[in-house]
Formats: sequence, structure tokens, C-alpha cells
Amino acid sequence: MLKYVGKRFLALIPIALGIALIIFSIMELTPGDPARLILGPDATAEAVEQYREEKGLNDPFFTRFFNYVYNAVTKLDFGVSYRTQKPVYNEIFSRLPTSLKLAMVSMAFAVLIGIPLGVYSAMHQYSFLDQILRVVSMFFIAVPPFWYAMILMLIFALNLHWLPTSGSSKWSCFVLPMLTLGMPYGGKFLRITRSTMLEVIRQDYITTAKAKGVPQRVITRKHALKNALLPVITTVATSFGGLLGGAIITESVFNMNGLGSLIVLSIKLKDTPTVMAAVILLAIIFSLLMLIVDLVYAFIDPRIKAKYAKT
Amino acid sequence: MGKKDSTYEAYAKERRENRRKSRRDFFHRLAKNKGAVVGMVMIIILILVAIFADVIAPWDSVVKQNALIRLQAPSAEHWFGTDTYGRDVFARVIHGSRISLLIGVGSAAFCLIVGGFFGAATAYFGGRFDDIVMRFMDMVMAIPATLLALSIVAALGTNMVNLVLAISISYTPRFVRLVRSAVLPQVGMDYVEAAKAAGSGNLRIIFKDIIPNAIGPIIVETTQSLSNMILEASGLSYIGMGVQPPNPEWGAMLSEAREVMRTYPYLITIPGIFIIITALSFNLFGDGLRDAIDPRLKT
Repeated sequence: MLKYVGKRFLALIPIALGIALIIFSIMELTPGDPARLILGPDATAEAVEQYREEKGLNDPFFTRFFNYVYNAVTKLDFGVSYRTQKPVYNEIFSRLPTSLKLAMVSMAFAVLIGIPLGVYSAMHQYSFLDQILRVVSMFFIAVPPFWYAMILMLIFALNLHWLPTSGSSKWSCFVLPMLTLGMPYGGKFLRITRSTMLEVIRQDYITTAKAKGVPQRVITRKHALKNALLPVITTVATSFGGLLGGAIITESVFNMNGLGSLIVLSIKLKDTPTVMAAVILLAIIFSLLMLIVDLVYAFIDPRIKAKYAKT
Repeated sequence: MGKKDSTYEAYAKERRENRRKSRRDFFHRLAKNKGAVVGMVMIIILILVAIFADVIAPWDSVVKQNALIRLQAPSAEHWFGTDTYGRDVFARVIHGSRISLLIGVGSAAFCLIVGGFFGAATAYFGGRFDDIVMRFMDMVMAIPATLLALSIVAALGTNMVNLVLAISISYTPRFVRLVRSAVLPQVGMDYVEAAKAAGSGNLRIIFKDIIPNAIGPIIVETTQSLSNMILEASGLSYIGMGVQPPNPEWGAMLSEAREVMRTYPYLITIPGIFIIITALSFNLFGDGLRDAIDPRLKT
């Protein structure tokens, strides 16, 4: 079993390299000469050319790519930001905690709201609350998060003054962004939990348990939920990607000091090194999360566990 | 024509008739689903509005700035009021539908063509080709969609074509996987062997037999992704990385209204509602399609 886990982690390395290559290639397409950007428009053509030679900017594509990866992995050197003239590493790692906090909190919110309500909805199908929940969750899936963010801001921050509109210093700053990011996914989880639960409770083994006299609560929790959770966990895992993406926009709306707003700022200012490093980092984090969830999946489902225990 | 051809023809004919029957049942189920019908009606209205946008509201009310009448609340003359530059919001919203639909349809078309091609090809030919393509798709999928689209727009520049390209590329892997999983079970089937034995070329088999049978889940995914693509486009435009001013994209309109939203909330509620309605329509329709295709999958 441990061997399998180790193999999966090892497999992350080529994936990380692949991601880096893809992003690197995309950034290659950006017009503009980095040397010119750093030295400024007044520098002479010779100075620019000399800079390019020094920094190896005239080297072939793969040479530059491997140098980048080598520097990043061994020295944590992701290059120098065009904007701040300081190492990219500093800015990115100082902002990473905020983004991670936001992502974790929002995901927790979505899971804690979506799944229990989904279970309730399935167990009390066609009840009044169920109908309302279905409509509401449908609505939240179609809502553009930034719009919803602005409405929340309008109501809670600007008019009622309960919560701040920006910044990321106090915990209260995270409430509105958490709601913004979490609600659409809460709705999604609600729907999928509901549908899988509905499928599961129609199964024969549930009826058998009921016939044997097992109390309803135990059935719901021990038998139905555990089996229904599997597809839900898959959905949660794949939602992480969208969550990270949505965090970018949410951070912009709420002016939070996270990786997402850094990416947007850097793109606008054409600060390619920062963008590249930040995007690669986020993608790798996402892959790591997916791997962890995958492994959790294997642990929860005894069938998969048995299959891989032999590996 | 030899005997082998007529056997294949008979086989194919029977399958066609079965398909015709299930098609009838399908439309029946679809019509019964209220959500799907509402969604479909809304989509048709949207398409009509987009096509006749110029008739409903002339283009110069969209771009003409008039500081004298800026920031007016909805009135008889300006149904949705005016924005920060004095432009008629109603006209902008109407033309915005054209942009959103164009982006959505453009992205969906790209995904279908490219994703469909690679999905079908990898399923059909298999082997090393299959492995390489799927590995590549896994890597692209490892990058969150919004991030990827953002990077592409950042590199290529912010205009509508690049936006469509960026969104398409982000969503293509999903389509490749889906088409591949829909086509894969077909490839082993007898009728494919029969067709090959009768001398059908590979391309003919793919187009005449495999794709019609696999098309169900593909259509469902397309409509559901359309909703996300439109939301994605709005989001990117909102942070300034999508459609550029003065184009009246709904997300961009929300971004412009941000500073004055406290005193002029109608500027954010109205475009927002349109985005929601559009996304919701495609979602409802897509759900209805899925339920109609296979009632066992009902949510």
C-alpha cells in the first residue's frame, strides 16, 4: 500500500514538469523583450543585447526551460519580477497563505453546507425544503461569483457595515469571500449528494437493513452516506480546480492580498516571471490536492484499497 | 454489389429504425420536463435578441457617450437607465447578448471539433497515440481552467478571438475525455467489425456509425459547458482580461459599475440578472437533455 502511495507521489514529478513546460511555452508567446522591459526604453540597443547574452535570453528554448526549472528547484530562484525588481519568490510565498486560507475555508464551507443539506434533501424528497433547496442550488450554480460578491458587499459591507470590504488582515475579511466562493460549490455539492443519496437509498441492502430493524439514523449515516459519498468526493476533488480559479476573481473583488490578485496585477503589468511562477505553483498545488483526495478515496473504498494493497 | 454489402445495409437499417424510435421517446421526455422547456425558450429568445440586436437597439446608443445624461435611473426613455458614461444601458445589455452568445458558441464549436476529433481518434486508434494524447490532456487539466485561460489571454492579448481561444483550450481536455469514453465502448462492437469486413473505410465508420451513437452525452456536456464558458468569459472580462471597452460585455459592464454601485445599484443588478438568466437557461436545458436521454440519471 505504501509502495502505491510512493509511486503516485513520484508520478507528480513528470506532471509538474509538464505543467511547467506548458506554462513556459504559453508565456513564450508573450510579445515584448524582457531585457528591454528591465533596462527601460532609454537603454541602448547594445546594452540590451549585452544583457540578453548575460542572462542567457538568446539561448534556445529548452536550454532556458531547463535552466528555469533547475534554478527553481535547487535554489528556489524563480527569476526577478519586472515590476518590483525583487526576486519573485518573496512576493509569491508571502501571498500564498492568504490564498490557501481562502481556498480551504471556502471549500470547507461548501462541503459543510452542501453535503448535509444534500442528505436532508434526499431523505425528505419532495418536501417543501427540498424544493427550495433544489431551486436555490440551481440558482447558485448559474450565478457569476463576482456579481454575487458585489451584491454581498453592497448589502453586508456598504449598507449594514457588518463586514469589511477589503483586505485580508482580520478573520472577518474572509467571511464575504468565503460565502462568495463557497456558495456555488455548496450548491453543486448539494445536488450531487442528493442525487447519489437518492440512488443509494433505493438499493436493496438499505431495504434489508430497514427490514432488520436498524434505526433510520444509523442507516443514513453508516450505510447510505458512506456509499453515496464516493462520487461526491470525486466532485469535491475536481472542484478544487475551479475553486482556485474562482479565488482569483474573488480576491480581485475583495482586494485581498493573495496569489490570485498577484497574478491579475502581474498580467496587467506584463510581469511575466511572476505570472509564470504563480501559475505553475498553483497548478502544482492543485495536482497535489487531487492526489491526496485520490488516496483518501482509496482508503475509504475498501474495494479500491484491496486492489492496491496487492500492488 | 455483393452479398456482404446487403447484410451490412440490413444491419444498419435496423439500427437506424431503433434510433428513430428512441429519438421520439427522447423528445417526448424532453417536452415533459418543465425546466428544460423554460431553458430552451430562453435560449431561443436570447438567440433572437442577439441576431436582431441592431434592430432592437442601434449601435450608437451603445457607444455614444453623453456626460449630460450619465447615471440616470431607469426611466421611460432609457429603460435600464444610463451608465457612468451616459450610454443607454438597455442597448448595451442587448448587444452584450450577442457577445456572450458568440463567445459561448465559438468556444463550444472549437471544443467540439478539436475535442471530438481527438477523442474519437484516440478511442478508435488506441495504442501509443492514445497514451500520449491522454497524458497531455491530464497535464492540461492539472492547470485550473480560469488560470489557463488567463495565461493564454495574458500571452496573446486581450481581444474576443483570443478569449474564445483561451476558454476553448481550457475546456477541450474535458471534451476529449468525454468523446473518448463515449466512443470507446463502440469500437469493440460487432457492427464496427462488420463494417470493416464490408470494406468501409475508417473515416466512414467514424462518421456514419460511431458518432451518431455516441452523441448523447456529448450534447449534454456541450450545453452544460456553454453555461460555464459564458460565466468564464464574464469573469475574465470583469477583471479586464477579456472583451475590451467599449464593447458591451456584461462582465465588463459590471466592472465599470463597481465604483458607483452603492448609489446606483441598478447598474450591477441588471447586467448580472442577464448573465444569470443566460447561464441558467443553458444549465436547465442541459439538465433536461441529460434526463431525457437517460431517465435513469435523473437528479
